[in-house]
Amino acid sequence: MLKRFWSWFWFIVGATYFLVPLYATFDFSLRARRGEVSFVAYANVLNDIRFVESFWFSFQTALATIVISALVIVPTAYWVQLRLPRLRPVIEFFTLLPFVVPAVVLVFSLARTYSRTPLTDSREGLWVLLVGSYVILSFPYMYRAVDTGLRSINIHDLTEAAQSLGAGWFTILARVIFPNVYTALLSGAFITFAIVMGEFTIAALLAQPAFGPYMNLLASSKVYEPSALAIISFALTWAAIAAIQWIGQGSQARVAGPR
Amino acid sequence: MAFLELINVHKSFGASVAVEGFDLAVERGEFVSFLGPSGCGKTTTLRMVAGFEKPTSGRIVIDGVDVTDTPPNRRNIGMVFQSYALFPNMTVAENIGFGLKIARRPADEIRARVEDLLRIIHMSEFGRRYPYQLSGGQQQRVALARALAIQPKVLLLDEPLSALDAKIRASLRQEIREIQRQLGITTIYVTHDQEEAMALSDRIVVMSRGRIEQIGTPFDVYNFPATRFVASFVGTLNLIQATIVDAAIGLVTVEGQPIRVASSLQPHRSGDAVSLAIRPELIALDGQMNSEVNRLSGTVADVTFLGAIVRVRVNLSTNQLHFDLFNNPQLRTPQPGSSITVQFAPEACLVLGEAALTHHPMSASAAQAA
Repeated sequence: MLKRFWSWFWFIVGATYFLVPLYATFDFSLRARRGEVSFVAYANVLNDIRFVESFWFSFQTALATIVISALVIVPTAYWVQLRLPRLRPVIEFFTLLPFVVPAVVLVFSLARTYSRTPLTDSREGLWVLLVGSYVILSFPYMYRAVDTGLRSINIHDLTEAAQSLGAGWFTILARVIFPNVYTALLSGAFITFAIVMGEFTIAALLAQPAFGPYMNLLASSKVYEPSALAIISFALTWAAIAAIQWIGQGSQARVAGPR
Repeated sequence: MAFLELINVHKSFGASVAVEGFDLAVERGEFVSFLGPSGCGKTTTLRMVAGFEKPTSGRIVIDGVDVTDTPPNRRNIGMVFQSYALFPNMTVAENIGFGLKIARRPADEIRARVEDLLRIIHMSEFGRRYPYQLSGGQQQRVALARALAIQPKVLLLDEPLSALDAKIRASLRQEIREIQRQLGITTIYVTHDQEEAMALSDRIVVMSRGRIEQIGTPFDVYNFPATRFVASFVGTLNLIQATIVDAAIGLVTVEGQPIRVASSLQPHRSGDAVSLAIRPELIALDGQMNSEVNRLSGTVADVTFLGAIVRVRVNLSTNQLHFDLFNNPQLRTPQPGSSITVQFAPEACLVLGEAALTHHPMSASAAQAA
């Protein structure tokens, strides 16, 4: 009984810590007109074309990051587990580097390295550099999620079974490995998505019209709109994650059973 | 020329030798088992046939074609794994049809073949299920069907029944053998279970420490073991210390009691120490054999009920032996602590020297009697 009480106690403390600021932000966003509750701040945000553009830009960037990251991470993690298990600690170390290298250092290093290439000479090039930076930022989350996913299936036997049935490496990756780490990949993708949607430093330093710099800009020039934007972006990010999960639901259900 | 040949195959992992001087010729449609303890090289050999491991030296020839350097996906070999290795993201039907899809066979042909195989494995109604919705035995049947779908030249099974319970193992064993006979597919089966190997195989390859100890029919391997290892590994064996009295007439003593063996003990001499090997099922209670027999007396140490048989352990003065009685609820089994005399035919005795089998094994007649 006492144990149950403490479980609920800590749950309520945690929920309060999370929900009270959210409610306070929501409540504040409704006070744009003195003396009344209104959605004026929301209307202002939604009518601002920069909001739609920056959100759409970051959304596309996040999807591109997830796709490229998956294409890099899944074959790498697969090959390391299958053929180079001794390299695993080394690869893990490299994937953790984004935790210790500040974003500002990362972006200046990239900009300097590619300063005389098309990557810094054009808007599209800078976007590629931005996605490249985000792919690096996603490594710790994506690699760990995929690595754990691969460990939950017997990749050695699955690979050999597919080989004995005539499959080459591309077929094995596309038809056997990718579908079976889909769930793990999704969990890494959710975190990557949330990070990219709110990222400020790299996007601002590469002068990209992303959602993070827009939020920052709004916060420095308006009073109630930033709060409304925070609530909107919170809702949209969750909606986007729910959509990704819904798309991946079929595959999840298939591989979720006991093995 | 044999259908599958392994010619002087050798495999090392660094300094460790896994398989050494492996020579084997398997005929088309033959069922051959690799039998041996863990680490004896049987799975490594199978994996070399599959193409997952490359021999350090030697050649592998299938249907007249040297496949030693051919990658596994171009060998047309079906493989069944201990872990089933079904693709979790595919249905049963998709798993079975996977190889045919890779081979770009027409959809109608794939559907027909999958239905055919589902019928063969008695799982016609399971085509739309996913592997996690099946029992272990069902999963292994699907794995077998998947391996057979591509109509492989050789079917390889790597301890396919090890993860299943005893009852399913026995029925699936029978099913594998029936399907193999029905399709006439050349099969290599890896197991450490001697009963499984004997029940399934046309021939057994007994392996130890990367080498072949003996190749023969289950009957030959059990009754005429070629080496001390085979004699001790295949089946249960009593090893009794004996001293040769007269090598020429096959007379030895066990704890002072005279024992006759069926044939000459030469080149041993009188006074040499040897081991007598006797299968438990070739020993009987005194009075149960009509012919001239050997007798040994001792005390019953314990009695173990094993279902169909009852195994009795007898302490002699310094030796110990086991023998089996058929279970019969109407008869009284020997009681621990009681005196007992057992008997066995001279033909039942295998004489083992210190290092290797130095005497000819028990005769066919004795084995038949068992």
